[in-house]
Amino acid sequence: MTEFSTLSIKETITSLKNKDFSVSELVDFHISSMENGRELNAFITETADIAREKASDCDQNYSKGEEKPLEGIPLGIKDMFCTKGVKTTASSKMLENFVPPYESTVTQNLWNDGAILLGKLNNDEFAMGSSNETSFFGEVKNPWKNNKDNFTVPGGSSGGSAASVAAGMGLASLGTDTGGSIRQPASFTGTVGLKPTYGRCSRWGIIAFASSLDQAGPITKTVKDCALLLNSICSYDPKDSTSSQKKIPDFEKSTDESVKGMKIGIPKEYEADGISEDITEYLEKGKEWLTESGAEIVEISLPHIKYALPCYYIIAPAEASSNLARYDGVKFTHRVDADNIIDMYEETRSQGFGDEVKRRIMIGTYVLSSGYYDAYYLKAQKVRAMISKDFKEAFKKVDVIYGPSTPSTAFELGDKKKDPLEMYLNDVFTVPVNLAGLPAMSVPVGLDKEKLPVGMQLIGNSFDEESILSIASCIEKSAKFDLNPNKWWINE
Amino acid sequence: MNNLIKGETGDWEVVIGIEVHAQIVSNSKLFSSASTKFGGEHNTQVSFVDAGMPGMLPVINWVCVEQAIRTGLGLNAKINNYSIFDRKNYFYPDLPQGYQISQFKQPIVGEGSVTIDIDDKKSKTIRIERLHLEQDAGKSLHDQHPEFSFVDLNRSGVALMEIVSMPDISSADEAQSYIKKLRSIMRYLGTCDGNMEEGSLRADINVSVRKPGDELGTRCEIKNVNSIKFIGQAIDYEARRQIELIEDSKIIDQETRLFDPKKGETRSMRSKEEAHDYRYFPDPDLLPLSFSENIIEEIKSELPELPDDKKERFQKEYSLSPYDSNILVSEIEIADFFEAVTKGRDPKIAANWITGEFFAAMNKLGFNIVDSPITIDNLSKLIKLIEENIISKRIAKDVFEIMLENNEDPEEIVEREGLKQVSNSGELEKIIDNIIANNPDQVEAVKLKPKLIGWFVGQVMKETNGKANPKLVNDLLNDKLN
Repeated sequence: MTEFSTLSIKETITSLKNKDFSVSELVDFHISSMENGRELNAFITETADIAREKASDCDQNYSKGEEKPLEGIPLGIKDMFCTKGVKTTASSKMLENFVPPYESTVTQNLWNDGAILLGKLNNDEFAMGSSNETSFFGEVKNPWKNNKDNFTVPGGSSGGSAASVAAGMGLASLGTDTGGSIRQPASFTGTVGLKPTYGRCSRWGIIAFASSLDQAGPITKTVKDCALLLNSICSYDPKDSTSSQKKIPDFEKSTDESVKGMKIGIPKEYEADGISEDITEYLEKGKEWLTESGAEIVEISLPHIKYALPCYYIIAPAEASSNLARYDGVKFTHRVDADNIIDMYEETRSQGFGDEVKRRIMIGTYVLSSGYYDAYYLKAQKVRAMISKDFKEAFKKVDVIYGPSTPSTAFELGDKKKDPLEMYLNDVFTVPVNLAGLPAMSVPVGLDKEKLPVGMQLIGNSFDEESILSIASCIEKSAKFDLNPNKWWINE
Repeated sequence: MNNLIKGETGDWEVVIGIEVHAQIVSNSKLFSSASTKFGGEHNTQVSFVDAGMPGMLPVINWVCVEQAIRTGLGLNAKINNYSIFDRKNYFYPDLPQGYQISQFKQPIVGEGSVTIDIDDKKSKTIRIERLHLEQDAGKSLHDQHPEFSFVDLNRSGVALMEIVSMPDISSADEAQSYIKKLRSIMRYLGTCDGNMEEGSLRADINVSVRKPGDELGTRCEIKNVNSIKFIGQAIDYEARRQIELIEDSKIIDQETRLFDPKKGETRSMRSKEEAHDYRYFPDPDLLPLSFSENIIEEIKSELPELPDDKKERFQKEYSLSPYDSNILVSEIEIADFFEAVTKGRDPKIAANWITGEFFAAMNKLGFNIVDSPITIDNLSKLIKLIEENIISKRIAKDVFEIMLENNEDPEEIVEREGLKQVSNSGELEKIIDNIIANNPDQVEAVKLKPKLIGWFVGQVMKETNGKANPKLVNDLLNDKLN
């Protein structure tokens, strides 16, 4: 039998075209992977029946030679994307039983291209978290254990999306990234994760966390797969006013482009403090790989990114406090009955939301309050503009900015749960990108001393996903990372 | 005109500012494609956006933007071609998103003005502070179930213009004139139907009182007053209440009040301390609203003639009095009706007939000018018959009564009923001679008291069933009796 679990999307499509195996066989394999991997808790809702049904349609399309670009590719979808007729929870008790009567634009694009829904993936509640420990449906375990054989977190908020791909449950997945929620988990699990430029993908049908920062993106095994999915999910959507009408290039082509002569910026601020030794080592290795391939390393400065984290933790909660106001018990959510409307609101929201969500709603409510608005929200917006300007200046000199995705590799479950500030620090490299609305991706480069994956981040200029894909492809070839964690979760 | 109110301690001045919520005439809502039609079954005109479903996003309806620009131009206001939508955050069951999309710091329309008539000679300018776009909320229904309240979201997301006046209004009368004028302008523009019963036009009224020349007093806001009559009553009551409080050495609390039409009084709704902190911030789901000067110019070039200009033209073109002009331009339908009727006719006769007999009949029968049982054509023919002395004014009233029944052609009525005025002097002379011959006593009397000529006129009319041309009768009688 074919070893399905190591195949990329690209290889799978070739095999399906060659009739090496059928979509039904492929899907059956992934369904059993999903079922055998329940220990990881990556899926909230499994949709095996839908997948099997669709698989036979796909097989017919292949036999008729009418296959679409992603025909028969089983994918897991983060539970922030509304899927028509399939429960969509945002990993919250509040939406425990919510079944959307509509399909998000991004997932609809995938289905239009022939992809198959395997199940809905666990994430931090309302995408708020960096370890996937805030989910109402329980924590997700990283397929990679450390040397001490302890469980580690898969990162967050797209923890289920990253863990499922690393564990071979689904060929790829979709995540959302508001402050690093695709790149940080990709980095922790040895997968490739890309956050497109703000506006590349429609936000319509994605449960909103922070509207000015949220963006959908793929988590895959390879850079090329990432480009393939990107080709499918990006579209101009008149239903999203912030969606871009910019032309969408063929991203797959970019992965074959030479990086010769490209200028790679390394922010000097990155080399400061708090980065683990192993990561610094890979940072240096990466420079060598790129130089060997003909790219030029240039030192740049992003003087204001040190303010990115506090800025983010004002803007994101502010927007979230408003976005989450609709979950009030009146309509489609969990409701706790009470004698009067105020008590009903309070009880419903006290029970329906977890601690981290409540924390951010409170922060957001506070920074928008009259008397505090100017000092916090308005100031944060000014800082945001300065950070954007820093990047704009930098991209006058370089094509891509290179650096670490995270300050450390995956930490142990429960390690940072008690200290929100320590948890927030994990987003220090990813957050500035969302504030500036830029595209960025995390590429796996190897394992650290703890045998945990290390990811490097590539940041591109606005609407220049192509350059980061070219560089990522180059690093991938040099790093030769083997995405093959020991499958401890399968009971032999 | 003196607007002062007498109190125990002297005269008081009332200071009024009004915020009008005007529903925009558009087929679909401000940020969704759901219908805005009035009177639909509960929750049948609700899109996923209007219901605040997860992941749903607002998309601006440009028709509503154009309507706001149009209205701004009608208010002689500055149009801001860059404005921002903000979220106004508060919890309420009929507010599905938990926030209302509105405009806070940068509205689409800036300062403007509305001119109201104080009397035939005097007018007054009420300054407009701003006009902004916002969505309406849904409606809570408390009378459907003994234990539960229900919510109807048909109104949720409907486009409103909030038009804020400066505190330039000094009496209930002025406030009513202001609302009427604003409504008239918007109806001319086709931007708001002004239907207060259906809630298309609501007013929040800020009232304070002071001694003339003093600083502004503490104001109270009377929310959601929905008829012109109630606006007058609410202001009168509220001003009186505040004066009595101050004269009793009591303090006025800055608060929101409600007008109870049954009792004719205002009562406290919530105090300043209970006021919401709306946590306004720019809506990240919407781009700033921007458009080119060309769009403004284009809309400007297509604006209809507005009431003030029309009034001036009516006075010049038709030599109408300011009073008649005012009545005729008050509603676009009346003005159009008048202009159609008067085409080729004497405008003064047309104006008199429309503002007189015609309006009286419409009021009595409960008709609107648009569904008038008499067509423009037939009313115009009637004016022609009067103008050409074919029928007398008195006969015209009888003809009009018949026309009201089934819109019959007045010429046919006159023909059939034989109502043509007798303007043949030979014929009339014969009748007059007869009367003179038969009434020698009266002939003697009229020589001493010329006013008695009226008795002879009456006799002629009696003989001719009212059809004699009164001017001719008068002339002939004067000749023969003097």
